[in-house]
Amino acid sequence: MCLAVPGQIVSLSESSSAERLGRVSFGGVIKEVSLAFTPEAGVGDYVIVHAGCAISALDEEEARASLAEFAALSGLELD
Amino acid sequence: MRHQSEYREPERVRSLVEAIAGRCRRPWTLMEVCGGQTHSILKYGIDRMLPEGIELIHGPGCPVCVTPLEYIDKAIEIAHQSEAILCSFGDMLRVPGSRGDLLLARAEGGNVRSLYSPLDALQVARENPNREVVFFSVGFETTAPATAMAVWQARQSGLLNFSALVSHVRVPPAMEALLDAPECRIQGFLAAGHVCTVMGVSEYEPIASARRIPIVVTGFEPVDLLAGIYRCIEMLETGRSGVENEYRRMVRPEGNPSARDLMAKVYRVIDRSWRGLGVIPESGLGLAEEFDEFDAERRFRLSVGRVPEPADCQSGRVLQGLIRPDQCPAFGERCTPEHPLGATMVSSEGACAAYHRYRLPG
Repeated sequence: MCLAVPGQIVSLSESSSAERLGRVSFGGVIKEVSLAFTPEAGVGDYVIVHAGCAISALDEEEARASLAEFAALSGLELD
Repeated sequence: MRHQSEYREPERVRSLVEAIAGRCRRPWTLMEVCGGQTHSILKYGIDRMLPEGIELIHGPGCPVCVTPLEYIDKAIEIAHQSEAILCSFGDMLRVPGSRGDLLLARAEGGNVRSLYSPLDALQVARENPNREVVFFSVGFETTAPATAMAVWQARQSGLLNFSALVSHVRVPPAMEALLDAPECRIQGFLAAGHVCTVMGVSEYEPIASARRIPIVVTGFEPVDLLAGIYRCIEMLETGRSGVENEYRRMVRPEGNPSARDLMAKVYRVIDRSWRGLGVIPESGLGLAEEFDEFDAERRFRLSVGRVPEPADCQSGRVLQGLIRPDQCPAFGERCTPEHPLGATMVSSEGACAAYHRYRLPG
């Protein structure tokens, strides 16, 4: 029920009850998930999914900043 | 894969390991709370990369493992009722109750289904209007939003043959209970990253300041775990306490407001019994009064009372970090994933299953 890796939204679909659903790819394995809790996430964005619901969308800017910070604290120079 | 492979790059891993070794002067004992993190640590051998004296103890963050036996028994009792269809996550079907598991209940004629999400149970309920469809839902603040949404949607759409057997738990009270235990050795926490995506970080501030310990919100990949460990050790070495977030790409300080809003509507905070840890005040989520009609414990007359833990399973001590799984005399002998004595060996997220998979000698 707990997936530790982010999946990428490949499509959005409208459902009759106006729930926000989308198809999310986990390394090629596609699952239909509820995107109701991540209204900001669109096609191409990465989300964390638990029990069929996306609970967080990845912030690309923070991802870049964190990798730079991790490299800096270990004195590593990576591009 | 993007947002995965860069957090597994050997060069990044190596340099963080060196940075930790350079920062570390004294021995420290840290606990990673989440079972997913325990699996990553064992899978990648993170614990073996750390300087001698840095010990990682594994916390109770496996939802299947901490679900009390009486809830398994309640689910089995529901599954045996002729009008019911009992649905749950796949792992829950194999957890032994006091007399067999849900798979046995299915073999004996009970209607038991394994589902990926509580939302899928709504569809089962629509397709079976003459049956009572129950979702047996366990998990931390990560899976609780999905159950909340299922209950909410059931009420919105008048789906009255759906109900939930809810055994959700909250992480912060469990961390406090672990810190209060007389045998506690925890000096710093790696907080469960995905729980924090929902709840944010504010719940941890009072714990860190009252107990004067560092709590570092940490992700699941090797680089995330090592960065979290580095930050925690740096805080310990410099005598700092507080909450730091090393998983900012996923965790906002306020968490996920829409998930929190729905949880606040659907649930109320209750005392909850944890397997191996006992009753922890305010550590559970039960359905709020206005959703009583969707509470399976009210819909079905259940006879299950308190159920004692099996005597030969030491999962309680494992869940408190008092022994390592491979220090249990039954580990790998009388207790294996095929024939588990307790939940920590059953669940793919359990610490015993992780040791069995990655650390069995031979």
